[in-house]
Amino acid sequence: MTSIFNPLAGGLLIGLAAAIYLITTGKVLGISGILSQALFQQKRFIPLVFLVGLVIGGSAYGTLTNQTVPFPDVRSPFLLIISGLLVGYGTRLGSGCTSGHGVCGLARLSPRSIVATGIFMATAIITVYFTK
Amino acid sequence: MILFITLICGLLFGFGLALSEMTNPAVVIGFLDIFGDWNPSLIIVMGSAVFVSMIGYLISKKQIKPFFTQVWSLPTSRIIDRKLVCGSALFGIGWGLSGYCPGPGLTSLTNNPAEGIYFVLALVLGSAIYHIQTR
Repeated sequence: MTSIFNPLAGGLLIGLAAAIYLITTGKVLGISGILSQALFQQKRFIPLVFLVGLVIGGSAYGTLTNQTVPFPDVRSPFLLIISGLLVGYGTRLGSGCTSGHGVCGLARLSPRSIVATGIFMATAIITVYFTK
Repeated sequence: MILFITLICGLLFGFGLALSEMTNPAVVIGFLDIFGDWNPSLIIVMGSAVFVSMIGYLISKKQIKPFFTQVWSLPTSRIIDRKLVCGSALFGIGWGLSGYCPGPGLTSLTNNPAEGIYFVLALVLGSAIYHIQTR
């Protein structure tokens, strides 16, 4: 029961955040885009506030919300750095990540987002297949 | 007002990630591992998020302008170019390596800091490299 309730309710909240963000600010809620705005845009305070909210909200994990699966054993810094570089660079080159393309783009039936989501899902699945 | 609503959206998004356990890379890798012990959580999260997000999109279509800004700033391009394809492919490889996409990567700063610090530094660096390259 809880195994379906939590992902369902969590997804609804994520979608609600995206919907409110869209109808109030007129923008697509994409984390990689907001991060880039917070880093490189002149007006960086508002995107920075979003990111602070994101980290505070996320820190509810395992305290206010259940944790049913343990964290993986701490992986090597080398792997994490390669992963971070690819995610940081790839999401900018491809104009979006799981939130911008996946959640918002699919909801808008954007052809670019449908293609992007198909590709990053495929390469992620292949990567896990070969690294696990 | 826009500051307040932006903070609320960030909190909601982060709490949604936490509630759905997307903040845990083991759950994400469990989803991507379709040939192994598959964990379907992510598809449920994505399905319900897209559903609510779509309602928001339909509401926005009926609005003349957003509530707290003057103009819509939505992507309009429909062209599938090399940048989109290559960027998404690279992102997927990075995502599969660690199980972190940008949101859960950032929340790992507090949830799993021994990993989060390296991932986020590299995430910022990767984003900066693109920014410098295209400036």
